[in-house]
Amino acid sequence: MSFYGLVDGTDTSLKNYLGSLSGVDQVGADARAAMLATRSIKTTSKRWAIDMAISMVDLTTLEGADTVGKVQALCTKAVRPDPTDLTVPSVGAVCVYNDMVATARKHLDLVGGQHVGVAAVSTAFPSGRASMPVKLRDTRDALDAGASEIDMVIDRGAFLSGHYIDVFNEIVAIKELCGTRAHLKVIFETGELVTYDNVRKASFLAMAAGADFIKTSTGKIAPAATAPVVLVMLEAVRDFYSMTQQRIGVKPAGGIRNTKDAIKQLVLVNETAGPEWLTPSLFRIGASALLNDLLMQRMKMDTGYYASPAYVTID
Amino acid sequence: METPVSFDYASAPESRAIVSIKPKYGHFIAGKFVAGSKHFPTINPATEEVLSHIALAGKAEVDAAVKAARKAYTTTWSKMSGKERGKYLFRIARIMQERAREFAVLETLDNGKPIRESRDVDIPLAAAHFFYHAGWADKLEFAGLGTSTKPHGVAGQIIPWNFPLLMLAWKVAPALATGNTVVLKPAESTSLTALLFAEVCQQAELPAGVVNIVTGDGSTGALIVNHPGIDKIAFTGSTEVGKIIARAVASTPKSVTLELGGKAANIIFDDAAIDEAVEGIVNGIFFNQGHVCCAGSRLILQENVADEVLEKLKVRMAKIRIGDPMDKNTDVGAINSKEQLAKIIELTAAGDAEGAQRWSAPCELPSKGFWFAPTIFTGVTQAHRIAREEIFGPVLSVLTFRTPQEGIDKANNTPFGLSAGVWSEKGSRILWATQQLRAGVVWANTFNKFDPTSPFGGYKESGWGREGGRHGLSAYLKGVGHE
Repeated sequence: MSFYGLVDGTDTSLKNYLGSLSGVDQVGADARAAMLATRSIKTTSKRWAIDMAISMVDLTTLEGADTVGKVQALCTKAVRPDPTDLTVPSVGAVCVYNDMVATARKHLDLVGGQHVGVAAVSTAFPSGRASMPVKLRDTRDALDAGASEIDMVIDRGAFLSGHYIDVFNEIVAIKELCGTRAHLKVIFETGELVTYDNVRKASFLAMAAGADFIKTSTGKIAPAATAPVVLVMLEAVRDFYSMTQQRIGVKPAGGIRNTKDAIKQLVLVNETAGPEWLTPSLFRIGASALLNDLLMQRMKMDTGYYASPAYVTID
Repeated sequence: METPVSFDYASAPESRAIVSIKPKYGHFIAGKFVAGSKHFPTINPATEEVLSHIALAGKAEVDAAVKAARKAYTTTWSKMSGKERGKYLFRIARIMQERAREFAVLETLDNGKPIRESRDVDIPLAAAHFFYHAGWADKLEFAGLGTSTKPHGVAGQIIPWNFPLLMLAWKVAPALATGNTVVLKPAESTSLTALLFAEVCQQAELPAGVVNIVTGDGSTGALIVNHPGIDKIAFTGSTEVGKIIARAVASTPKSVTLELGGKAANIIFDDAAIDEAVEGIVNGIFFNQGHVCCAGSRLILQENVADEVLEKLKVRMAKIRIGDPMDKNTDVGAINSKEQLAKIIELTAAGDAEGAQRWSAPCELPSKGFWFAPTIFTGVTQAHRIAREEIFGPVLSVLTFRTPQEGIDKANNTPFGLSAGVWSEKGSRILWATQQLRAGVVWANTFNKFDPTSPFGGYKESGWGREGGRHGLSAYLKGVGHE
């Protein structure tokens, strides 16, 4: 593998590569994210943002209590988020545990959602604490069941103890397995990496190892997709593009629950990575409750009234 | 609703309905608005719309204001306890907060600065200065300035147009807290928020004559500076006028503080956090259209990261939103006046003529009003005029250095010394660099941060004395220390 010519797969080259990154000043990154949060997105631009955000949602259910019925309902909603208004776009993908992948794929196809992807969380999600053969088997199962996107977690223990090469090799191995069958999203669990320096480092590590997307969080740990963390990741994909001419996607997940939060994410994308990233193929939002708020805001813009929650479906 | 095809932010204008601007204003003397004799127009620099007509104070008005201030000082203010003075300052601060939106809208209309900045920076900071100094009013004995300090008496204060209300707060709040009364003259192009502040003084029932506001141009300023009834002069503005004032008061008993020009160095070392440094460069020079005396107008870049930083800076500058200052998404507003725009154009033309390379952010400028696109000049050396003279506009001169000491030497090679910035992720380097820099304010890994607790002022031709913090109090007191 070439790793974009940035590293040769050895520990030394990886350390040199990560060591060449400039640091992130926390105060400055927080201030920039806070400033961008003051953007006022109204009328036509708000309408554009709502539809774009809907099409970027990875509609997610990752519960121990997930059943076939629950997943089927989620898939129906993913295809037609508002059954009374067919101008509402489908979401980007549904995101489930690997034993639900086949159910999801089958049901999406049944309800006309061939264009909606199935993302499987993988590699002993959410903790990542399992042996490599187990992680590989986990991923292979999901691929065989029809997953078109794999959301793997990194080994945070290895990362925090400085064993970057182990984290790198795991990503490389999972990417190899995905091949052309599935897109690979690499989850950092930024709430456990804590510092923005670590987030920047993890971003460049994952991108060189072959990630198609870098993703903030599992949704199981708080804080998750905070604005400054997403800012740092967007700066990383922007810089990686100028180094390699490859556009890597970004997926914030966890804590984005309403339209205002989602629009703030799109502003971050627009003014950091740039408008080229404002597409579901380069930006996704991992969420569950968010979709209904987007739908209610959309109705409000069309009718001028806030509808009762009874007018949006609960799945 | 039709969905547009791209994410262009729809216009999001702040409403101007909250302000009512009178067609004509007078002066505020002895607690009352008094009619002026001569008037001149004040315009919105973003549209050239005439907003109102401002009175031009002559000798009679300045005399009346000084007399009122003297009377208030002798009969009321100097006899009042610090605790009581503090109550008035707290009241003024609270009213400013309550009327913050009104102040912000009026400031943006009259000055041309973006509403985001007047709303988030100017007005909250102005109120913070009153709160901070209100707290000092009854604690002056504990400010470390000695126990036998006294106010000067009547302070004559002349403020600039770049932060009209904020500069008023920097002057009026410490003067009042320390027991002085004031005669204040706002800048001729930006008098409206000072006149609204006069209303706040009435609303706070401040004793008549404690704050007097006379409007006018440089001739009014000269009357204040030379008035024998004034004990202390506080001026913020150009070094040129500062020198005239210093000469004028040299043979008088007046005490003086001057906050003058700057040509601040923003030094980026190769171990800086680059993305945040780029933000700091943008904030340093494009904040308030570069109309900032402490603006980081000289970017001093370590040569081995110069290309990377400049590339990122250009990408970032292309995202700056320039236009209608009342739009909540505007980052850079209008140049304050036709005269200032002419000065910027003249100095940047000198940059071209002397062989520096100009690059401006791609943006569409409105057809009416006074505008200048955010601009950088690369290939600038110490010998260029644009590296030496204050442009006071959104124009950055970029110089490079090879070793840390060379960077410091270039930074200090200026007659000014108001502020400087240092960017490095290495703590020891920051400590070393900040000790070498001959500037009154040095920011590390940030820029243009202000706080009432922090003294602000210049070395060399950037001024005399400090404003803010305990140091700022001493400028309004006599008998400080060993006197």
